[in-house]
Amino acid sequence: MTPSPGTNAKCEVSFTVNGEAKKLLAHPMERLLDVLRNDLKLTGAKEGCGEGECGSCSVLLDGMLVNSCLVPVAQASGASIDTIEGISAHVLMHPLQEAFLECGGAQCGICTPGMILAAVHLLEKKPEPALAEIREGLAGNLCRCTGYMQIFEAVAGAARRVAK
Amino acid sequence: MRADPAEYKFVSPGNLQAVLSLLASEPAQWLPIAGGTDVMVLYSAGKLPNRKLINIWNIPELRQIEVFPDGVRIGAACTYTALRKHDIVSREFPLLATAASWTGGIANQNRGTLGGNIANASPAADSLPALLVYDAEVTLISARGERRVAYRDFHSGYKQTALAADELIRDISLPRRFSEYVSHARKVGARNAQAISKVCLAALGQIANGTIRDVHLALGSVAPIPLRLNETGRTRERGARSLERLAAGGSCSRDSCLLRFANLGREHGLAKTDPR
Repeated sequence: MTPSPGTNAKCEVSFTVNGEAKKLLAHPMERLLDVLRNDLKLTGAKEGCGEGECGSCSVLLDGMLVNSCLVPVAQASGASIDTIEGISAHVLMHPLQEAFLECGGAQCGICTPGMILAAVHLLEKKPEPALAEIREGLAGNLCRCTGYMQIFEAVAGAARRVAK
Repeated sequence: MRADPAEYKFVSPGNLQAVLSLLASEPAQWLPIAGGTDVMVLYSAGKLPNRKLINIWNIPELRQIEVFPDGVRIGAACTYTALRKHDIVSREFPLLATAASWTGGIANQNRGTLGGNIANASPAADSLPALLVYDAEVTLISARGERRVAYRDFHSGYKQTALAADELIRDISLPRRFSEYVSHARKVGARNAQAISKVCLAALGQIANGTIRDVHLALGSVAPIPLRLNETGRTRERGARSLERLAAGGSCSRDSCLLRFANLGREHGLAKTDPR
């Protein structure tokens, strides 16, 4: 089929997702979020606002927390991506996931994957964060259920647990 | 209407010369994209006028912060995270490091860039008043060569800049002569992260014999462009006890009108009369 005028061809994109090498065809301006969800069926990252305000599509791109709705997939070429699905790959639950359950940090669950990844990113940089640092680390992730206190408590609890 | 990715071209030449050649061969056709925190928002909403994007996220010379004896040169694609982490920037240019910490949440700071903030030219951008008070210069580069523009002359009107259609911002230079100055930064917004400023202030001054002199003041979100308050700075230099009081008490006609927004915001926590 000849592409219609103004239609650009897909190109090959390779990257690593949760430790697994992936190769797929995509339009370079497809959002990383859509490729993860639709092509790779990793539906943990959610679309909340679609404009980088809510953080529910957060993933780690080469270890950096990013909003995957704002990343053209072509910019993820060659990168290593971690999503919520890979966080507990070798254990039943990541300590942060356990702490979220215990503290009531997850309610409707839409923000939870992004919250957990933001918290993973925070604890990697600051293993024993003060409350102000937890608030700052999660400030780009909006939650409409919990009122945030249970989430902050969960992150502090997980940090204590890991530190032991 | 959501954008259809099939209608967009995206190229990633990976080096500065190739980017500049493409910008020169089809001026105004190609939109540079770095971290995408502005471009992708418009794109997703189907409001991006350009159909051709050129990747500048992977150009090494745009990602460097270089320190010289008399200044620092910040590559245009340096992220807010890089600015916050940089020792000299946070020590000698605290207004810039503070503004970087106000800009979005951590995810957007990991992708948003200083050059992008300048090129996007929002009058509400948090980092731009800091650049005004630090007497920043921007280097614009094209296949024709490069030129330096004082940052205070860069914005000519709402979303209008000195950038020509074939030009790219290469770096932002700050002179290293403010390390002994006192500084004060203030943002009034619905919340710090992820909220656009209703007003933001960058204030810088030198203390000599108990008074503040050589005052540099700039405001964001109060005018069509980030605003340096030259007159207020000059007339209020003597006798001021704090930079914020000095900024809010400006008595010159144009400046003082704008400063009332800062004052209202400061007193009430929110600038309720903000025209936005």
